[in-house]
Amino acid sequence: MLSLSLFAVEPRGTGDMGIVIERANGSILIIETTHNSQLYRVEGLGDLSHASAVFSRDERYAYVFGRDGGLSKIDILAGTLVKRVIQAGNSIGGAISQDGKIVAVSNYEPGGVKLFDSANLELLADVPAQYADNKQSKTVGLVDLPNQHFIYSLFEGNQIWLLDAHNPKQPVIRKFTDIGLQPYDAMVSNNGRFYIAGLFGEEGLALLDLWQLDKGVQQILPEYGKDDPKKPVYKMPHLEGWALTDDYALFPAVGHNEVLVADRHTWNLVKKIPVHGQPVFVIARPDGHQVWVNFAMPNNDTIQIIDTLNLTVIATKKPGKGVLHMEFTPRGEAVWLSVRDEDKIQIYGTEDGQLRAELPALKPSGIFFTARAHQSGL
Amino acid sequence: MKYLLLALLPVVTQASEITTQRQEELIYLLHQDCGSCHGMTLKGGLGPALLPDILQNKPVEFLTATILFGRSGTPMPPWSFMLTESEAEWLAVYLKNPKHDEK
Repeated sequence: MLSLSLFAVEPRGTGDMGIVIERANGSILIIETTHNSQLYRVEGLGDLSHASAVFSRDERYAYVFGRDGGLSKIDILAGTLVKRVIQAGNSIGGAISQDGKIVAVSNYEPGGVKLFDSANLELLADVPAQYADNKQSKTVGLVDLPNQHFIYSLFEGNQIWLLDAHNPKQPVIRKFTDIGLQPYDAMVSNNGRFYIAGLFGEEGLALLDLWQLDKGVQQILPEYGKDDPKKPVYKMPHLEGWALTDDYALFPAVGHNEVLVADRHTWNLVKKIPVHGQPVFVIARPDGHQVWVNFAMPNNDTIQIIDTLNLTVIATKKPGKGVLHMEFTPRGEAVWLSVRDEDKIQIYGTEDGQLRAELPALKPSGIFFTARAHQSGL
Repeated sequence: MKYLLLALLPVVTQASEITTQRQEELIYLLHQDCGSCHGMTLKGGLGPALLPDILQNKPVEFLTATILFGRSGTPMPPWSFMLTESEAEWLAVYLKNPKHDEK
C-alpha cells in the first residue's frame, strides 16, 4: 500500500522551494514560491535562534546550522530530517564548498571552524581559531570561495583566515592579521573576488582582494561616522546579501541610521543614505535596481526600499513588529519577509511593492531559497 | 506560584511596580532581542551566556548597571534608552532566578 501511495506522488523539482526558520520552535517550514504555500514543517532541530542554511548542489537537501551547535541535513522533497549532529556548543553559521562535498561550520564555543562530509555529516577536520597563547576566537563571516576554499574572520583575533580544503582532512590555512578591530560579519562578492569584513570595534571595513592576495588587507570607508556619534547597537548588522550594483556597493553603517554607498572600483565613500533606523540587512534585488533594508529594534517594524540609480529611499513600509530577514525569489519578482512578532511571513511583489500574500509561521527568522545552491559566498 | 516566589525576592518593591504584562514583554525581549547576541536560550553567542549558575556570583546591582549602561569595549549596548532602572533591575533579578517563570 505504501508503494502505491508513493507512486501517486507527482515528481517535482525544487528550484522554487526554500525553507523558513521558526527560531523559537526548533522547526523549519519547507515552502514553495510558485503558489506561495507551505509544504512541510520539520521539527526537532534544537535552538534555531540565528539559524542559517545552505543547500546541496542538487537543491534537494538543506543543511541547517543551529545556535546550539546542531547541524541538520533535511530532505526538502520528502520533508524529513535525514541526520542531525551536535558538532559544537554554540555555532553561528556555515557554508558549502564549491563542489558541494564539504559543509563548513563556524563556531563560537569552542571557537573555530569544522569541516564535514556533506553526504553523511562525518567530521573531516577541526580547525581551532587560536590567535594567541591559549586564546580561541569566535569565528564569523564564513563563506565559500572558488577553488575549494573557505574564508572567515576571527572576532576577538582581528584576523581573516583563508582555508584551502583541497584535502579536507588536512586543510591549509593562510592568515591575515591585524585586519581591524572586532570583525562581526563578512561577505564575498558574487564573483568570489572581494571578501569584506565589517568591523565593530572601529569604523570601517576590511577588504581582501582574493585575486591578489599578496596585496593584503586594505581598510575601506575608514571613519565613516566621524562627524556623528555612534549610537548604541541593539542588533548587529549582517553583511551577507552583498548589495552590489553596476557602480556601487551598499553597506549597513554600524551605530548610525545610514546606508553607506561605496564606489565599487575605488571603494571610496560616495554617499551616506539617511534611513529609518540602524540597518541590519541591506540586500539587493537580483537585478540590482532596488535595495531593501530592514532595521534593528526599536525600528524593526519597518523596511525601506532604495533606488540604486539615484541612491534615494523610494518607499517605506510597516510590515509589523520584528522584521528579521528578507529573501528574494531567484529572479526577484517577489520578496519574502519574516515578521517575527506577528508570527507570519509576508510576500511582496517588488515591481509595485504591494503585499501579495501572507503565510503563518512560528516566530520566523531566516528565509533561504534553494537558488542559493548555485551562488558562491552565501 | 509565580507571585509567591516573586514575593520572596529582595527587590519586591521594584518588581511590584512592573505589571504582569510588562514582565511578559521583558521576558520576550530577553529571549528574542537580547537573545540575538546571548542566544535565545541564553546559552551565549556573540555575547556571554546568561544562565543562573554563571551569574550566581554577579550582584544584582552589577547586572542592572550592565543592562542600563552597557559594557564599553564590547558590543553590549546601554539599554537605558529603552528600559527604566526598575525594569533593568527586574531583569537582573529574573536572570539570576528565572524559576518563577515555570508554570
